[in-house]
Amino acid sequence: MYASFRKDKKDEEEGGSGMGGTGAGGGSHAFAHLEKTSVLQEARLFNATPVNPRKCTHILAKILYLLQQGESVSPTEATETFFAITKLFQCPDPVLRRMVYLGIKGLSNLSDDVIIVTSSLTKDMTGKEDAYRAAAIRALCTITDATMLQAIERYMKQALVERSPAIASAALVSAWHMGQHRGPGSTGPDVVKRWVNEAQEAVSSDSIMVQYHALGLLYHIRRADRLAVTKLVSKLTRSSLKSPYAVCLLIRIACQLIEEDADEAAGSSTSIYFDFVESCIRHKSEMVIYEAAHAIVNMRRTTNRELVPAISVLQLFCSSPKATLRFAAVRTLNQVSMTHPAAVTACNLDLENLITDSNRSIATLAITTLLKTGAESSVDRLMKQIASFVSEISDEFKVVVVQAIKSLCLKFPRKHGILMNFLSGMLRDEGGLEYKTSIADTIITIIEENPEAKENGLAHLCEFIEDCEHTTLAVRILHLLGAEGPRTSNPNRYIRYIYNRVILENATVRAAAVSALARFGALCDDLLPNVLVLLSRCQMDNDDEVRDRATYFKVILEQQQQNLNSQFILNGLQVSLSSLEKALHNYTLSGCDAPFDIKSVPAAPIDVSEKKAKAGEMGMTSKKADAKPTATRHDMFVEKFAAIPQIAQCGPLFRSSQPVELTACSNLNLDPLRVIPESETEYVVQCIKHVFPNHVVLQFDCTNTLNDQLLEKVTVDMEIPDGFELVEILACNKLEYNVKDTIYAILASPEDELSEWIGTVSPTLKFVVKDCDPNTGEPDSDEGYPDEYVLEDLELSVSDYVQRAMKANFPAAWEELGPTNELEDTYVLSSMKTLDEAVKSIIQFLGMQPCERSDKVPEGKSSHTLVLAGVFRGGHDILVRAKLALSEGVTMQLTVRSENPDVSELITATVG
Amino acid sequence: MGGVMSYFRGLFGSREMRILILGLDGAGKTTLLYRLQVGEVVTTIPTIGFNVEQVTYKNLKFQVWDLGGQTSIRPYWRCYYSNTDAIIYVVDSADRDRMGISKQELVSMLEEEELKSAILVVLANKQDIEGAMSVTEVHQALGLEALKNRTFQIFKASAIQGEGLDEAMEWLSNSLQAKK
Repeated sequence: MYASFRKDKKDEEEGGSGMGGTGAGGGSHAFAHLEKTSVLQEARLFNATPVNPRKCTHILAKILYLLQQGESVSPTEATETFFAITKLFQCPDPVLRRMVYLGIKGLSNLSDDVIIVTSSLTKDMTGKEDAYRAAAIRALCTITDATMLQAIERYMKQALVERSPAIASAALVSAWHMGQHRGPGSTGPDVVKRWVNEAQEAVSSDSIMVQYHALGLLYHIRRADRLAVTKLVSKLTRSSLKSPYAVCLLIRIACQLIEEDADEAAGSSTSIYFDFVESCIRHKSEMVIYEAAHAIVNMRRTTNRELVPAISVLQLFCSSPKATLRFAAVRTLNQVSMTHPAAVTACNLDLENLITDSNRSIATLAITTLLKTGAESSVDRLMKQIASFVSEISDEFKVVVVQAIKSLCLKFPRKHGILMNFLSGMLRDEGGLEYKTSIADTIITIIEENPEAKENGLAHLCEFIEDCEHTTLAVRILHLLGAEGPRTSNPNRYIRYIYNRVILENATVRAAAVSALARFGALCDDLLPNVLVLLSRCQMDNDDEVRDRATYFKVILEQQQQNLNSQFILNGLQVSLSSLEKALHNYTLSGCDAPFDIKSVPAAPIDVSEKKAKAGEMGMTSKKADAKPTATRHDMFVEKFAAIPQIAQCGPLFRSSQPVELTACSNLNLDPLRVIPESETEYVVQCIKHVFPNHVVLQFDCTNTLNDQLLEKVTVDMEIPDGFELVEILACNKLEYNVKDTIYAILASPEDELSEWIGTVSPTLKFVVKDCDPNTGEPDSDEGYPDEYVLEDLELSVSDYVQRAMKANFPAAWEELGPTNELEDTYVLSSMKTLDEAVKSIIQFLGMQPCERSDKVPEGKSSHTLVLAGVFRGGHDILVRAKLALSEGVTMQLTVRSENPDVSELITATVG
Repeated sequence: MGGVMSYFRGLFGSREMRILILGLDGAGKTTLLYRLQVGEVVTTIPTIGFNVEQVTYKNLKFQVWDLGGQTSIRPYWRCYYSNTDAIIYVVDSADRDRMGISKQELVSMLEEEELKSAILVVLANKQDIEGAMSVTEVHQALGLEALKNRTFQIFKASAIQGEGLDEAMEWLSNSLQAKK
């Protein structure tokens, strides 16, 4: 009976489609059309005496099947069934009893009062019948809560060190599960911690499984105590564990220690662990060898020399007769090829052999690995090979292929034609959103990186959106078409594709298509009449958003004014949306007498760090981090200042700088990106510069690192540049050991002369020192003495007054501003050795946003044009064009356009 | 002898008699169960839930349920009432303080519809302890004289020493047969 049940279960796993119930007599599988109510009705049979074990076992199987299928069972139903099951304890039939255990486990989370079987299970776990004991332990541990756990603790401790491996393993694993957090107030984990001696004893068991489970439990108990883990690992690496599973686990723990040590930069002890992992490469078990190799190649700081033995092991596995080993090896090599491509090259020959492997997963991984490490000449051949079976592999592996192609395109730009064709072929095939997104991402990346591939790529994407079921992708591609299409040689061809979307798609896509059309109208004069006709048709749309957009764009386009087009179509609103929302809300509260001034809303800060992170993970799985509408750093400051009346008076916050360290040991280092992990100075002071319309607020964040001192009346005394006026200093009354507090200095900017905004502040920290008890922080006496601490100078530079702004279409914005306030000058940047270096330092100096991807200098060029956009304090747009040429240093022709002539002057004056 | 056995089998049919052992915590229910089953005194811990065993007495098979007597477990007794042929109610004769509670539990249990026809045996247990109440005292304290329409008998017993159990089981077997 038991066997027949097993077979039935197997059939279910095969998809429940009529393979024929092997056990329970023909037909489609026995449980195909079970109905919950009728099964629970049948369960009443459990209450009958005498018990019919055969029938009851079958009913239990049905109940378990329903639970596995995710059937929802109400607490009342579950409890009733559970209590009926408890009646079955009267029957000594072993098969039924084991089904009862499973039933108890299955219902333990659904039913009330499950502790009712505690005594019965305790009896079974300690009884003579070995077949019951392990299963009873598992069932008991699922129904036990913290209060009951203490009652069974004695039996658990015995079971943990039981001679029978099955019982010991059951106890160890159950203890491990109970040790996991089980909700608030649970003392489960604490009780399990008391079993450390038993776990320790079980680690020396002869059974490989028990040893593995015991190590798992022991590590789990000691996990939080680093010292104990260290001891555990050191001890076990010296003894040789018998169980390969345990060794694998030990390798993982050792790796964890190595990584943690690396974080703390205390590398002394790590070599022991590394030696252990390395020695495991020569272990007799393949599993351990693989685990060790896998661990070594995945460590963050593996050197090439350390990598070699691991790679050769993986290479060996590539030609193993076992498919699992080949798969494991090639999968790992595929991952390593991203971080250490050179090291993997050694395996190329073995990987070549795997291309024709009968296992498609192995073949795919082999090919994609080769694509990443191989030479340009082999690309064509490999692509042909992969095309032959790409339709046979799952989406997951297709994504791997796409990623390989992506990195290939970046590596061999000349191959874009063949790769792009391949990708478009893949786009046409069936596939899920993730797969399609990764293809579209890849094509977009190729277009961005390689201008030659642009038209070809856009054509493929156009074709794709003709039959694209994913709204998000269609919208993204339409946006891209709007941005790139008008500037191609033949913009005409895209109009049809875009307008088709207006006819055929859902409202979201239609709206995106309307926006894209408008961009063509704004940039291509010959298309304008046609676009206007199309837009007027869109005005009949039955969706509000689509109609609104069409009307809005049509009105603007009909004016036929370049600057309107640029401002309202090509380069949209640049403000921070959360700030805009707040400003509009305040405006509606204020009575709306004056027109709303959009300039009072700060520009949207462009998150630089996020972009860097993305660039870093290029080639790896690129998960697009969605722009979070949560509070930005800017919003946090705004919120904070609203609560400080003196600062709130200063008006809307324009920009906040990155923190500047004022207590670094070396002078003259004012690099704002400098981060000092552990300062050795007595006091740590950081300054953030906040720029308001007419004020500058300096925020000094101070930390007292002396535990025997209490600072009181802490203030800042400073020399300020001419023209500035000190309005107020908000001192901090008390600075305790290791508690960060803040002093604000409010300065009024010079009113007329922009050039006076730039200057140097020399601050000094002043305070009263009281010596105190290091332990309690209580001052020794009420008497203190005044002292001061000289801080480093603080620069107020141009970049503090400039907010980055993104112009999607720089040329249009450039024309919009016009040459009215243009200033031009030529500089020689003699200290710069490369164009790249020059570009980086200009961006940093001006604090503006590079547009048109001009921050990337193509390789091998001797000249480059960098275009930057920003908003100056007061909401004045500034645009900068820097033409750079390499000739013994870098020569730069800088052109600045701005709404305000003084701003242009200030910028040209400070550069150089 | 063989004739007697077959006579019994004929009477009981294939069905085992279902007996519940109830009573307050610490009354000696689990000790009694295993005394009946294996004839020995086993170490027991408070029963969380129940124990169920097959007990053979003079070639008769009983299925005996020993339900935990703790306050928190008592509400679950009723889940196990159906199809019960007999109840053995165990009382700690030395626990004078809780005799009242014991009486309440007994009374409310006997009111249950499902137990209407169940035979009742009351065991005044722990007679070995000095100062324990006598059978008569227990009889009175539990208000057994008020019982009507119930086949019942009270026995003095000591599960530890094995005294009084034979008499009780003898009476129970006969009563169950008579009922059939």
